[in-house]
Amino acid sequence: MAAKRLGQFTVQLSSPRIVGAFTLMGPREGAGPLGRYFDAIVDDYMWGEIQPEKAERKYLEHAARRALERAGLRETDVDYFIAGDLLNQIVSSTYSARSLGVPHLGIFAACATSALGLGLAAMLVDGGFARRVLVATASHYQAVERQYRYPIELNIQRKPTNQWTATGGAAAVVAAEGEGPRITQVTFGRVVDWGVKDANDMGSAMAPAAADTLLRHFSDTGTTPGDYDLILTGDLAKVGSKLFRVLAGRAGVTLGGKHMDGGASIYSPKQQPGAGASGAVCSAAAILGYVLKEMARGRYRKVLALPTGCLHSPTTWQQGESCPGVSHAIVLEGA
Amino acid sequence: MDRDRDAIDGHKEYQRLVKQLAPKPNAAKEAARAFLVGGTLCLIGQFVLDFFRRTQPTEGEAIAATLATMILLGVVLTALGVYDTLGEFGGLGAAVPITGFANTIASAAMDFRREGYVVGMGAKMFLIAGPVIVFGIIAGTLTGLVAWLVSAVSG
Amino acid sequence: MSYVWAFAVGGLICAAAQLIAIHFPRLTPGHFLVSLTVIGAVLNGPGWYDAAIELAGAGVLIPVSGFGASITRGVLQETQRLGWEGLFTGTLEFVGLGIAAGVVFSALAALVAVPRG
Repeated sequence: MAAKRLGQFTVQLSSPRIVGAFTLMGPREGAGPLGRYFDAIVDDYMWGEIQPEKAERKYLEHAARRALERAGLRETDVDYFIAGDLLNQIVSSTYSARSLGVPHLGIFAACATSALGLGLAAMLVDGGFARRVLVATASHYQAVERQYRYPIELNIQRKPTNQWTATGGAAAVVAAEGEGPRITQVTFGRVVDWGVKDANDMGSAMAPAAADTLLRHFSDTGTTPGDYDLILTGDLAKVGSKLFRVLAGRAGVTLGGKHMDGGASIYSPKQQPGAGASGAVCSAAAILGYVLKEMARGRYRKVLALPTGCLHSPTTWQQGESCPGVSHAIVLEGA
Repeated sequence: MDRDRDAIDGHKEYQRLVKQLAPKPNAAKEAARAFLVGGTLCLIGQFVLDFFRRTQPTEGEAIAATLATMILLGVVLTALGVYDTLGEFGGLGAAVPITGFANTIASAAMDFRREGYVVGMGAKMFLIAGPVIVFGIIAGTLTGLVAWLVSAVSG
Repeated sequence: MSYVWAFAVGGLICAAAQLIAIHFPRLTPGHFLVSLTVIGAVLNGPGWYDAAIELAGAGVLIPVSGFGASITRGVLQETQRLGWEGLFTGTLEFVGLGIAAGVVFSALAALVAVPRG
């Protein structure tokens, strides 16, 4: 029997902790409402590179190395490097893994990468398969924009539902021993597709997945929103958040003031008149930047983080397919 | 199968909800901005056209010189990083004039140059403008064929 | 007076396109460029678009529908001159300049400028 399973989707963990984390963001993100929670801001979002893919890789690699420093570790001290990003063949992750020299597990869950990575790392550590695991992700406005949408300088008018890809990298070390908040439960979500076909409205495509994972988590663990100090979604942004609260409400779950969304928080309305931010780093920065620091200050003790990802590709979108969503949840508890 | 149908019905309801809760674009404001930007670009075109009408021997050459000048303007504004902002403000008012057509070529050229001059810039320069030329030529040829046949029949 | 016409007619074409875009959010700007070009090409079969250029000048010349009309104008002229070969040789008669200018200027832009976003 799987002794650590709790209900149908959730696992219960005892030992893993986040013993070091680093968020490294671009200037636009640094100037936003969450700017003061990030560990470092790069003044030039291209980071001196002409090619944005190289810049994205730099964000991921530097965040990973700085997270190791924060944990007081060297590369050889970690057993696995789990990383994912939005680019084809997750190149930012794999190319960063070249110089680390650690067994690499490449993952893809679009903008839910942070929770998938942290959840897998926590399970590896809790199962005794690893002592320490390095987890990282990154996204870059230009790299993602030109892959999923259009050339950068093309005259495109963004719609009110559009989200702006955040630029930055974020990384964390999950370990069995050390100081830091614990990852106590993990609920990996199902792929949910309710037929939203508008690539300019990813929040609406992902909201059903977030609601599905949220309800699964509550029914598996027997908890309610009242058991958490904060319920953080990744990048549903303003439009998706509204739908998420409606869907949760229909199932009898009232989130009230406990719900916060990373995508809706990273930019001020003046910076981004559309729905908010997106990108793999969006939820990672909200968890490893905002949540960890507020937990350290004692404002939050128990947080449910459920980033969401939109799993379409430019090709499936051109072929008229809808946008499948996924949401993975982790529970963070203060020491 | 019933389960599938239930799921699809559930989705239809959700898709209606999405439409219902989506922020509504301000149609009047967007149309006014498109009018302003598109009208201004055409106004500039009229100044250029009038200039070339004075300096060029035929109307055809004046039009050709005007289009070339406007394309140059679109490319320069793109290279300066201004045209995408103009598009963000004016929507199709920036896209529809010939300067917007030039912007699609220049933006793709600048963007994909980063994959090299041949496989990047050269191969992808007409990523967005290509279909315009493809369907323009097909429509022009077919229209010309009809007109030619009509003129042949009516002698 | 020609300036008022150019501004008003050109602006109206763009505003109409924008209103259609709001109603059909799945359409990309590429769809609009293609549609307008085809409309311009078809309207110029009987020479209507060129008549409109006489009236509104740049207001109809500058929108991409003018590009489509120019393709048809070339085909009409060359079929009168050459016969069936004109159906193909005529296509680029008037727009070849625009395409060539777009290619050369854009290549120069790509040499000196990088996308900033």
